[in-house]
Amino acid sequence: MPTSIKIENLSKQYRLGTIGTGTLSHDLKRWWTTSIRGKEDPYLKIGETNILASNQQINKSTNQHINKSTNQQINKSTNQQSNYIWALRDINLEIEQGDVVGIIGKNGAGKSTLLKILSRVTKPTTGSIKYNGRIASLLEVGTGFHPEMTGRENIYMNGAIMGMTRYEITSKLDEIIAFAGVERYIDTPVKRYSSGMTVRLGFSIAAHLEPDILVVDEVLAVGDAEFQKKAIGKMQDVSKGGGRTVLFVSHNMAAVKNLCNTGILLENGIIRKIGEVDEVINVYNTEQTRDIKTYFINDVSNTSPIYVAEFKIITDIVTGKEFGFEAKIFTETEISTAFAVGVRMPDSTPIMHIYSGHVGEVFKLKKGLNFLKGKIDHLSLGAGFYDINIWLGDGATVYDYHKNVLNIIVKEGAIREFGPVSTKNGYPVITDAKWNLL
Amino acid sequence: MNFDHHIKPKTSLFEINIRELWEYRDLIYMYVKRDIVTFYKQTIMGPLWFVIQPILTTVMFMFVFGNLAGLSTDGIPQPLFYFSGIILWNYFADCLTRNSKIFIENQGVFGKVYFPRLVVPISITISNLVRFFIQFGIFVIIYLYYFFQKGGNIDPNLYLLLFPLLVLLAAGLSLGFGIVFSSLTTKYRDLTFLLQFAVQLWMYITPVIYPLNSIPADKQWLIALNPMTSVVETFKYAAIGQGVFSWWHLAYSFVFMIILLIFGVVIFNKVEKGFMDTV
Repeated sequence: MPTSIKIENLSKQYRLGTIGTGTLSHDLKRWWTTSIRGKEDPYLKIGETNILASNQQINKSTNQHINKSTNQQINKSTNQQSNYIWALRDINLEIEQGDVVGIIGKNGAGKSTLLKILSRVTKPTTGSIKYNGRIASLLEVGTGFHPEMTGRENIYMNGAIMGMTRYEITSKLDEIIAFAGVERYIDTPVKRYSSGMTVRLGFSIAAHLEPDILVVDEVLAVGDAEFQKKAIGKMQDVSKGGGRTVLFVSHNMAAVKNLCNTGILLENGIIRKIGEVDEVINVYNTEQTRDIKTYFINDVSNTSPIYVAEFKIITDIVTGKEFGFEAKIFTETEISTAFAVGVRMPDSTPIMHIYSGHVGEVFKLKKGLNFLKGKIDHLSLGAGFYDINIWLGDGATVYDYHKNVLNIIVKEGAIREFGPVSTKNGYPVITDAKWNLL
Repeated sequence: MNFDHHIKPKTSLFEINIRELWEYRDLIYMYVKRDIVTFYKQTIMGPLWFVIQPILTTVMFMFVFGNLAGLSTDGIPQPLFYFSGIILWNYFADCLTRNSKIFIENQGVFGKVYFPRLVVPISITISNLVRFFIQFGIFVIIYLYYFFQKGGNIDPNLYLLLFPLLVLLAAGLSLGFGIVFSSLTTKYRDLTFLLQFAVQLWMYITPVIYPLNSIPADKQWLIALNPMTSVVETFKYAAIGQGVFSWWHLAYSFVFMIILLIFGVVIFNKVEKGFMDTV
């Protein structure tokens, strides 16, 4: 497949705060004090000079060493010193025709900036993008919709804004209306539409644009599940049937997984990972999850005489491997209790219960601090994300209960000597069995 | 590998894509249509508003300037004199004011989708033209009334053929000034207020409420420095036969318009590329 988009050394720098001072009077005053009276700029903030200077140095540098230090500079959220941020930094990419590329990353990773540059809404600071054919960008649905105009008039308006000719729109009008499912309302002003209808209509126009490259920012989030499915189907058709390139930004990993074949993970303006969409999503999810294995409980409101003070996982968390945990339990009196660890899916579906009562274990605790250890020889959870709840009590009373104490990641592993265990089928529980061919 | 599009950080000052603008001609059409259609939706009188405003202004001018102040109208019937000036001036002033706010008012659209931004000022200039011609129809009615009435002192002449040029001049000047100001207002918001004020005063250095003749001959050139002067004055001269006609004044306005447009398009073109980061 030929290359459809080629991005070379693309960077985009934003300046924090306002540009200039926004008013003529401020600029005149600045000019008066700095140029005529030779004093300091009245609007320059303390410390700004240094930062400007250091930034110029970065701009000038081309060698590798200093570029590495820029990588630290570009951490947008933590570096509060600099007045400049790199929304994108040295992006190099080649996208083949017909690829469906999912761009993922945290808020502020540079996803939207990349799409804005591609849509030519803003221009890059350095570097370039070369591409073939027409780009239709859907950074927002229904750009240019006028509430007073009817659906039909708005189709023409919006289509024209996106570069269609009136003839093209007329030839596709019926399809657009049918896809959006607004046949009955097409001659009603858009201000009477529900928000869902507006989104459907807006998306429908863009989808029928027949661009060579379709750029879609998180716009489907507003539609209902049925429409989202339809829209993703339409985008799939666009890429498979027409050999067109689709760039899709979303926080909905299921949608990205469903639609895209290639994934790009952006982080603080640089490409963190690029490759098979599943792989990239995994990397993203792994980093999203807190990788902490100890939970300290410091609940002042808990006046119970017996409680869990600390819970931690003491082994690596790998499918099929040993899984051990330890709880620190405090009690004011001697007491007998059972202990349980509940494992839930991220959507809080219960998936595994490790309960001492199930195996008849009740612990006689001594007064003061007690340490309780538990272990499973072969962890039967497939690779993925799980939440942990802990529970302390005997059959009749709950002494202590904490939801979501830890969010764990189970890493890919093997049961017996085979493996790694595939999690592609989506079953969270992986278990060994004894097999016999009779 | 060849690519047919190239996005790069800096483009030449004079890289103006006229062909692209032509490809978006349907968008110009849609913008004009939207402007006109939405203007009178949910109004009782609809396009009548286009007409009421200049008529009321004319009545007001007749009372204040004609009767109270007793300013000369060069022997032209007062309604005809004021109305002709007002519709030409209003067209110019409305276009100018609306064009000067393009970037600020269209931030939403401009931030989401690319199209040649010049589409917007051009469509505003055209849609206001529709309004102008509706008002011009009323002018023709008033004109014919005085023409057939004896002693109306109406003397139309061949210079009427210049009428399309005069409309072109008004359109070009308002477009030119408008895009220059809109480019500047992305950085300096206060220019919008300045402009509102300036447009009000500007009318008084344009022969709308007085004929150029009433200015001493050696000072007339001062008023003629205003490129709109020859537009208003030539129109009155051609239709009514009273006023000052000068090829020099006209040529001056024309050259002024051309230079202004070139300057405007260049600066607009520069601003449109980076304005999303500065507005």
